[in-house]
Amino acid sequence: MKTVYERPKVLTDEYMKYCGGCGHGIINKLIAEIIEEENLAEKAIMIWPIGCSVYADRYFNVDSVCALHGRAPATGTGIKRALEDNLVVVYQGDGDMVSEGMAEIMHAGIRGEKFTVVFVNNAIYGMTGGQMAPTTLMEQKTSTSPQGRSADNAGFPVNMAEIIGSLHGCHYSERVAVNSPANIRKTKEAIRKAFKYQLDGKGLSFVEIVSPCPTGWGVSPVKALDWIGETVLNQYPLGVFKAPKEGE
Amino acid sequence: MNRVTINEEICKECEYCITFCPKKTILKKKDTLNKKGYYPAIAENLEDCIACGICATVCPEAAIKVEKDV
Amino acid sequence: MAEKVFMQGNEAFAESAIRSGCKYFFGYPITPSSELPEYYAKKAPTEDLVFVQAETEVSAFNMIAGVAATGKRAMTATSGPGFSLGCEAMSYMAAAGLPAVVVDVMRPGPADGDILAAQGDYFQIVKGGGHGDYYTIVLAPYSVQEMSDFGRLSFELAEKYRNPVVVASDGMLSKMMENVELPEKIEVENNFDWAITGAKGREHNVITTCALGPEQWEQFNLDLQAKFNLIQENEQRWEEFQTEDADVIIVAYGSVARIALTAIKIARENGIKVGMIRPITLWPFPKKAFDKYPDKDYFVVELSAGQMVEDVKLSVKDKERVEFYGRLGGISPTPQELFEKMKELYTK
Repeated sequence: MKTVYERPKVLTDEYMKYCGGCGHGIINKLIAEIIEEENLAEKAIMIWPIGCSVYADRYFNVDSVCALHGRAPATGTGIKRALEDNLVVVYQGDGDMVSEGMAEIMHAGIRGEKFTVVFVNNAIYGMTGGQMAPTTLMEQKTSTSPQGRSADNAGFPVNMAEIIGSLHGCHYSERVAVNSPANIRKTKEAIRKAFKYQLDGKGLSFVEIVSPCPTGWGVSPVKALDWIGETVLNQYPLGVFKAPKEGE
Repeated sequence: MNRVTINEEICKECEYCITFCPKKTILKKKDTLNKKGYYPAIAENLEDCIACGICATVCPEAAIKVEKDV
Repeated sequence: MAEKVFMQGNEAFAESAIRSGCKYFFGYPITPSSELPEYYAKKAPTEDLVFVQAETEVSAFNMIAGVAATGKRAMTATSGPGFSLGCEAMSYMAAAGLPAVVVDVMRPGPADGDILAAQGDYFQIVKGGGHGDYYTIVLAPYSVQEMSDFGRLSFELAEKYRNPVVVASDGMLSKMMENVELPEKIEVENNFDWAITGAKGREHNVITTCALGPEQWEQFNLDLQAKFNLIQENEQRWEEFQTEDADVIIVAYGSVARIALTAIKIARENGIKVGMIRPITLWPFPKKAFDKYPDKDYFVVELSAGQMVEDVKLSVKDKERVEFYGRLGGISPTPQELFEKMKELYTK
């Protein structure tokens, strides 16, 4: 028998605390697969945020730091500056990054910090129970926008991959999604590319991943994937927003 | 025959594998609960399985192992 | 014989930290601490240092937390408003066991305040400052020489206990210049078994402050408290001046303790036997110093409305015999002023 797929050994046997159908599980798994395939387990340092992935240090057999809410890019700056040859991966959700930690991520991009950011955008606060995030879509109902997000009160969604991609310090910025097998494969290749740029000593590599939060959105997991394709990607189009030029 | 092994105890019943399997005959929900209270996915009729690995690709729990008979 | 140089307080600390193997400085400019980041920035290319001007103090404190997690020496420097922003990370570093060093050059608050010397941040730095049950070791220099000495001692204590250390300087100490003997330069190659360096040839390491249920988190807190008890037992530091025969003991730290030394001289010339206990560690507070003199009057002088005086009252048998005098707003008392106050209190 030839093994087509098995659980990567970079993952521990710990039971993941994510809800059923949560995109974090898929994305964690992809990161673990790449670390294993590229033989990076001894080099990798994961920096986890506050949010649903706060316990992810327990899922990985690599060195991990759990940062304060929103501060992972600052913690990552310290770690990467101290350990230039390691693979430093800053993992953040949309509440963590775009609300609490907007200054930290912007300035990591402005300085061109040489680490990889994996940004999981599910347009809602998951861990605290489905509140509105800066990334929440217009009219989207959450527990703190029960009538739907209104521009008058809460402004407009934030497109991070485009914003970070516009910074000179950013080497690579792409938005992908985990709503179908093909898109999951593309997500994996985007993260792999980001890791490669980092190991080549390039500036910030940023991968935004549109990801389902079935519990927060109040729909079944499969319906959540449908909603990404039908609605969420209209606000957050897939694509590369910063790509290294030939020879860079 | 190809083999699909599912760790039923960590399955959370998201149905992604069932939804995306190109052969609709293989994956279905078990009719009893696992310890965490989910009806986990199970694989049967493996003679239809083409070992494409899609079920494993979409599984958020990394609960599925796929082997190809060569 | 180590070299003697004429140096400013901020720069003496920075030079000493560099000579003590602290290669990482992350900071945000704020008066009266800015010569510290400037010194690192200037020396970075020739001394193989990493200096990053952070976007906020919030980030600077989290950056040093990141370096400390790798087992290397890192520091930042700030003043009251910036320290307030850093308190979130102080709580984090204390919980996570990250041995970074922060110089807090105290200036008069609250809020924006002014930029001269003050000690109104005592509660904030000594009682934790951030959320949760934690303490940081707090060293209070009173001379440029001690600014230099603590540039090394702070890292040694931080690493010994895996706890952040705050150096409580003030607007006067940071700016004044004195002769100072700098420490010899050392190379530091830490190899802590807890550090985050990549899991090569060992089990992977994790640094987290996230609880896994109340029982686990209570035990975590009890372990933390056991460490704090050990620090309190081992690390109380203070200096005494003419305490043995004194009727009145001044209690003062930092720049105001220098003024008190002259006030003691004036008082003794005028027939009041005054001495001084100068706390060097503000946390752990040197309670042991007070056990030696249960039957004396204590006169606490601070550049605040009265903060350390509370710890003095907790350290003596008879708190009715503790008097307080403070100046606010960046004004330091004169020696004569302190003498007049003592004359009023103790000659009747």
